[in-house]
Amino acid sequence: MIAAAAPIRAKRVLPGFTLSLGTTLLYLTVVILIPVLALILKGAEIGPARFWAIVTAPRAVAAFQVTITAAVIATVFNAVYGLLMAWVLVRYEFPGKRLLDALMDIPFALPTAVAGLSLTALFSANGWIGAWLEPQGISVVYTIWGIALAMAFTSVPFVVRTVQPVLEDLDPAYEQAARTLGASEVTIFTRVIFPQILPAWLAGCTIAFARSLGEFGAIVFIAGNLPMKTEIAALLAFIRLEEFDYNGASAIALVLLVFALVLLFVSNRLQAWAMRHKGV
Amino acid sequence: MSDIAQVRFRSATEETPLARRALIAVAVLGLGILVAAPLIVVFAEALAQGWAAAVASLGNRDALSAIRLTLTIAGISVPLTAGFGIAAAWFITKFDFRGKAFLITLIDLPFSVSPVVAGLCIVLMFGTNSLVGGWLVASGYPIVFALPGIVLATMFVTFPFVARELIPVMIEQGRAEEEAALTLGASGWRVFWTVTLPNIRWALLYGVLLCNARAMGEFGAVAVVSGKIRGQTATMPITIEMFYNEYLSVAAFSLAAVLTLLALVTLLLKTALEIRHADQLAALHP
Repeated sequence: MIAAAAPIRAKRVLPGFTLSLGTTLLYLTVVILIPVLALILKGAEIGPARFWAIVTAPRAVAAFQVTITAAVIATVFNAVYGLLMAWVLVRYEFPGKRLLDALMDIPFALPTAVAGLSLTALFSANGWIGAWLEPQGISVVYTIWGIALAMAFTSVPFVVRTVQPVLEDLDPAYEQAARTLGASEVTIFTRVIFPQILPAWLAGCTIAFARSLGEFGAIVFIAGNLPMKTEIAALLAFIRLEEFDYNGASAIALVLLVFALVLLFVSNRLQAWAMRHKGV
Repeated sequence: MSDIAQVRFRSATEETPLARRALIAVAVLGLGILVAAPLIVVFAEALAQGWAAAVASLGNRDALSAIRLTLTIAGISVPLTAGFGIAAAWFITKFDFRGKAFLITLIDLPFSVSPVVAGLCIVLMFGTNSLVGGWLVASGYPIVFALPGIVLATMFVTFPFVARELIPVMIEQGRAEEEAALTLGASGWRVFWTVTLPNIRWALLYGVLLCNARAMGEFGAVAVVSGKIRGQTATMPITIEMFYNEYLSVAAFSLAAVLTLLALVTLLLKTALEIRHADQLAALHP
């Protein structure tokens, strides 16, 4: 193990370079890179003209529209609610706080299919909350609101868990200085606190948005899956695959993959910005 | 969350008690509707016709084979992901090299890629129509619509879980302790077993727990690669959907309740770990 690293050994004191490098690369290649490459090659095989025809077909366009609209709704909600939740969890002491903190991880640990199933039961016309909303003319299940709800459920911890540690690490000296100089509470928040947590908050929102675009399990239960109306892009790819239309499935999946990659890149840049912020 | 931080902040925060209470109320209400209510509904629906009906539905042949399959998949994929996670975290935190940020981004990829896309990638790679898959099927080792494909899909979606928990903890702990052990003459493996592992064990345990919950609960990627063959490739989440579509509400919710219990136990253990080993898990929230 050590022999392989010998030429530059002065820099690498600890052993296991080759072993850990080999394991990491092998696993990464087999599990992630080769399958993703298969999708990209399939996309290249389709050719630009047919690719364009598939992704601009009315049903595909409608599916992308539904997915993006619902993801925007869910992300706006999560951006506000996630920030509030992180604020409450970091800054206040109250009974049941630890329970609240633990419950915040439920969307990570609960299977998405279970989440979809129970949200549907809860918000359907005869569910506990649905029975109360329906008479007021608000239907959630089988509408875009249901899709947004399922997305919000699965992605809200991403915002909370990225903002929380930054909020914890804030140096109170800046706030105290601002207060001494006579700033109001609102000014302190908008001018002193918010700029410090902005990069982490944006990074969390970006990951939450990416997660929402790709969510599947929770949504298929609650959406009703009506083509052109409540059919999300991931489901359309799934349906195309079940019809053995590999080109159709791959083209839609490739668009989703590109979205995911771009958002991951943006989030990473934002995280790097957040780290720099922390260093200052 | 260290208590020191809490105390430090209380002096700096000066919202009125009314504003505090309003914010806490909104946070609790939102979580109640979005998270707590769905949890309660799962158990309420499962027990809608009493305990006997719920337990009986779990003894159903399809339900039992789903439980067995899900346990098998988790049993194979979780140790592999944990092994990879340790290797990747060691590689990333113990050595300096170019492209480290890129490698971390690659590890994060499954967080943002749709599980359906992940499943499709595996079908395209190993399906009967592909070069590799055609050869494997001809040799009698089908991947897609069989156990290996489901395991592979599970490994794809749970890929970052262990590595992501370990990396911040290992960065925080630095390399000094391992270097000291080496200087004293310990072998590489001995350093790992006696110095590194005790330092990271709680973070590792938490990563494995989360990874396990995700492995047992994965739906999208498994739905694509499994072909949903009843009694053969239908995992617990897939069987929940089948029962639900057949209007077997109690059966669907009973199976869902089992997975919910698993999630609750996972988080209970996590909270217990946080209380008992707060110092070693402090770096968990990067």
